[in-house]
Amino acid sequence: MPKTSSIAANAAAGRIDRRQSRRKKGLLRLRQPIPDRVFTTAGLVVPVVLVLLWFAVTALGLVKPLFLPSPLAILEEAWRQISTGILFEDAAVSSYRIIVGWLSAAVLAIPVGILMGNFRLFEGALEPLISTVRYMPIVALIPLTILWAGIGDEQKILILFLGTFFQMTLMVMDNVKNIDVNLIRAGQTLGFSNTEILWRIILPAALPAIWDTCRITIGWTWTYLVVAELVAAQSGLGRRIMDAQRYLATDTIIFGTLFIGLLGLLTDYAFKRTGRSLFRWTADR
Amino acid sequence: MTMAPIPKIRAEAVGKIFGEGADEFLAIDRIDLTVAPNEFVSIVGTSGCGKSTFLNMVGGLTEPTFGDILIDGKPVKGPGRDRGFVFQGYSLFEWMTVEGNILFALEKSRLSKPEKTELVRQFIHEVGLRGFEKSYPRQLSGGMRQRVAIARALVYKPSLLLMDEPFGALDAQTRGMMQELLLKVWEDHKVTVLFVTHDVEEAIFLADRVIVLASRPGRIKRELTVDLPRPRQFDIVTSPEFSQLKRGVLADIREETLKVMSLGDAG
Ligand SMILES: Nc1ncnc2c1ncn2[C@@H]1O[C@H](COP(=O)(O)OP(=O)(O)O)[C@@H](O)[C@H]1O
Ligand SMILES: [Mg+2]
Repeated sequence: MPKTSSIAANAAAGRIDRRQSRRKKGLLRLRQPIPDRVFTTAGLVVPVVLVLLWFAVTALGLVKPLFLPSPLAILEEAWRQISTGILFEDAAVSSYRIIVGWLSAAVLAIPVGILMGNFRLFEGALEPLISTVRYMPIVALIPLTILWAGIGDEQKILILFLGTFFQMTLMVMDNVKNIDVNLIRAGQTLGFSNTEILWRIILPAALPAIWDTCRITIGWTWTYLVVAELVAAQSGLGRRIMDAQRYLATDTIIFGTLFIGLLGLLTDYAFKRTGRSLFRWTADR
Repeated sequence: MTMAPIPKIRAEAVGKIFGEGADEFLAIDRIDLTVAPNEFVSIVGTSGCGKSTFLNMVGGLTEPTFGDILIDGKPVKGPGRDRGFVFQGYSLFEWMTVEGNILFALEKSRLSKPEKTELVRQFIHEVGLRGFEKSYPRQLSGGMRQRVAIARALVYKPSLLLMDEPFGALDAQTRGMMQELLLKVWEDHKVTVLFVTHDVEEAIFLADRVIVLASRPGRIKRELTVDLPRPRQFDIVTSPEFSQLKRGVLADIREETLKVMSLGDAG
């Protein structure tokens, strides 16, 4: 990079007047950039400080372990669950429910959303219904789901399905509607049939956004997990938390919550990474 | 046997009403327009006066509510490969490379594969995109994207090119380059061009004839012939003849803008 080095050389020789350095410096200037290093560090400092505070508060005995066990107790609990194999068992059961529940929602929501986004008739027929139904509180549906699906895995999967399907359908509809209408017109001008335009223009154009909808909705299913496993579950990450409540095992509750959050985060990350490599063309420059 | 040549485009009392019932709204009111083969016609007008709507009707993408549009003497029944379209905004297939976008436009033609590849190569060359064949649209600048759009609209050899504010989003320098490129392509390919813009200077610089649209409803306010010599270079805009044309059109546009603004105040 000869250009950069000549700038640097000029600067070193004092030939370039560095305006910025004469300005007032500071990390709290309105909408002004700060060094990348500071930005990243700030993001690490906050959680570290919080954990340290947590440590201090519990070590000094300021709160009872019943309300807030020490971070070490959480690690011990983690180790207990790992060494006894409970954690993997729970994670496997819960993951299975999430995958089946989310997949069945997605498999229905994506085609229905695509139809609604492309054909006014489908939108007119389904949008009012779905928009209303999606505000139903999912917890209130538990009794009904038990009636319909019993108390086995099917009921948990049904809860996850109901919590995802309606929202997802509307989101996919929007994804499809939001593509540039001129892409469709270009296809028509180039002589493509409606079916060809649907498969070769509308779908690829909407796919990155639909993928993003998948990422967001699968994140939701992790947050629904406790609700899904509220009733008649023998195992599962959500179940473990509900059980712990009965024995006032605060460490189990906190560890379980953090662990579900972690799995949600990992799923999100996996979707982001996969999306980036699937849809390379969306990267700028 | 007919002596009078068939016009490329013939619009007879074409109008468009949007909405229904109480929302009914006359967007375009009886436009009559004849465009000769190989002619370059610009349509200028304020934003919202119906330029895109009219162009879409000629392209067969929107149906006129009344009136007839004939292309080569035949009524328009929908979009077709006798017309090429360059849209407002970039409207490229982002998941296809530059090459892929242009090749996609040839899919419905009966050429052999090598012939298609050769045509794509030729058009990429013509719009100055050599070396960018494998790039994705997102990796290109605005001007380059619009070159891809022009190549995609011309590669299958339509006889009529419809352009809807194609350079509206470009900076002044790039826009000037694109205008010259367009004139060159137009002269090389012997196509008829119907070019929509809100930029008066651009309209005059490019065209044989400028149609000024009045707004609400859109109709023809004025038609003027641009008798400037060709080929035209960018500095022609400083000539007295150009200035005079420009002054007239600007006055018309200004009148229309004021009309729309006062309507807006009243409503
Ligand atoms: N599909 C549509 N439905 C209802 N109104 C429309 C539609 N398309 C355009 N219009 C209206 O018609 C008028 C002309 O629009 P348009 O042709 O896009 O104007 P321009 O291209 O000159 O800016 C505008 O008032 C616009 O709001
Ligand atoms: Mg327009």
